Amino acid sequence: MIRLVLPYHLRKLVGCDGELQLEVGGPLTLGAVLDALEARHPVLRGTVRDHGTLRRRPFIRFFACKEDLSNEPVETLLPEAVVNGIEPLLIVGAMAGG
Amino acid sequence: MSKVRVLVGTKKGAFILTADGTRKNWEVSGPHFAGWEMYHLKGSPVDPNRIFASQTSGWFGQLIQRSDDGGKTWEPPGGDKTPAPGEFPTGASNKFVYEGEVGTHKWYDGTQHPWEFKRIWHLEPSLTDPDTVYAGAEDAALFKTTDGGKSWKELPGLRGAKGHLWQPGAGGMGLHTIVLDPSDPKRIYIAISAAGAFRTDDGGITWRPINRGLKSPYELPDPDAEVGHCVHRIAMHRARPGVLYMQKHWDIMRSDNAGELWSEVSGNLPSDFGFPIDVHAHEPETIYVVPIKSDSEHFPPDGKLRVYRSRTGGNEWEPLTRGLPQQDCYVNVLRDAMAVDSMDPCGVYFGTTGGQVYASADNGDSWTAIVRDLPAVLSVEVQTLP
Repeated sequence: MIRLVLPYHLRKLVGCDGELQLEVGGPLTLGAVLDALEARHPVLRGTVRDHGTLRRRPFIRFFACKEDLSNEPVETLLPEAVVNGIEPLLIVGAMAGG
Repeated sequence: MSKVRVLVGTKKGAFILTADGTRKNWEVSGPHFAGWEMYHLKGSPVDPNRIFASQTSGWFGQLIQRSDDGGKTWEPPGGDKTPAPGEFPTGASNKFVYEGEVGTHKWYDGTQHPWEFKRIWHLEPSLTDPDTVYAGAEDAALFKTTDGGKSWKELPGLRGAKGHLWQPGAGGMGLHTIVLDPSDPKRIYIAISAAGAFRTDDGGITWRPINRGLKSPYELPDPDAEVGHCVHRIAMHRARPGVLYMQKHWDIMRSDNAGELWSEVSGNLPSDFGFPIDVHAHEPETIYVVPIKSDSEHFPPDGKLRVYRSRTGGNEWEPLTRGLPQQDCYVNVLRDAMAVDSMDPCGVYFGTTGGQVYASADNGDSWTAIVRDLPAVLSVEVQTLP
């Protein structure tokens, strides 16, 4: 079971106030987590990564253990602390700037 | 007594304003989808309690929401149901994927650029089927659902109408206007920013530009080009589906032959730049526009917010000012932010980028603000309910 933190607007979409707990089968990669998240909450399909291309949307970021995983390949294994549920994986709306 | 429900999309959520037939005392509900850009909400003419909404965000992309109880509760069509073990999720209500080869359009530097979906600007429910809705997208394309919004399919013939020559303007290459012909279910008109107006006569399979008579001497190297005109809005009266009115970037235009040829009817307007145009519910020759100073200064001339009405189908215009600010007003009124109800006398409504929604219960003769401090208004639609 991994811990997942969504940005405010996506938490509202799935009706969740705090962290999500997510069961992910197979190797714990970034791609596997996103697959499991979208399977559990189909409303999130297209909101984190694009339909069709499955590319990360430009203003979405993936953080874990103080590292930015946004540009890592989706096959990248998640850090041990995330796999063990000690640290959450953060899906973040990028800073707006301005 | 009849009721009126005004659906307001803003930069930071949706609002629903309701009143009885006197249209004096209003209840405000919202924000719905707080913090999201609500580009457009529109109810089904067949089932007015069914309302579709375009919910969009630069961060999180596009969602489509649907209410089946007049806007009290909402859900993405198809629901956010947890799939049973072994079942693949079917939620695709926000899946807008261009058909076939994505293709390219003209880019700012003159090269060809692939189509990229950004958002839905406009939703147009069918006049006859509550499960059928058309959706206008940026980058410009027309999508259609026949299952109440659970899934969407592009009508790719539109992009075949010289799509490789379409070039986005500063506001994006959005398909913002969809007009369904009540007398011919196979005829649809659409308009696209910086590309022009197009018509299908076969239900959306094939399309052709209908821009003859439009002149864009300041925007295009060839002022009479077949595509490339910046059409801002097209309006039609149900009783005369062959008569179309257009607010172009500059110029108010009129066609009496389903868009085959347009002629200018700007007449005595103080400026013929603007965004919305609409037609009186019971008088097919009575039309409304909101003149804006220029494309460089997107606010009303002289700081005076004036709706102009023509009772002659154009050319002769009168300012409607009673109840509207006549000094220091520098708001804009966007293309999808004007609508009429079908009460008698006809009600006219519009929203501003300053967050006001103005209503007139007397054909535009006088106005009151229903609300004054909403986020910038992107769209206004009205439902007249029994």
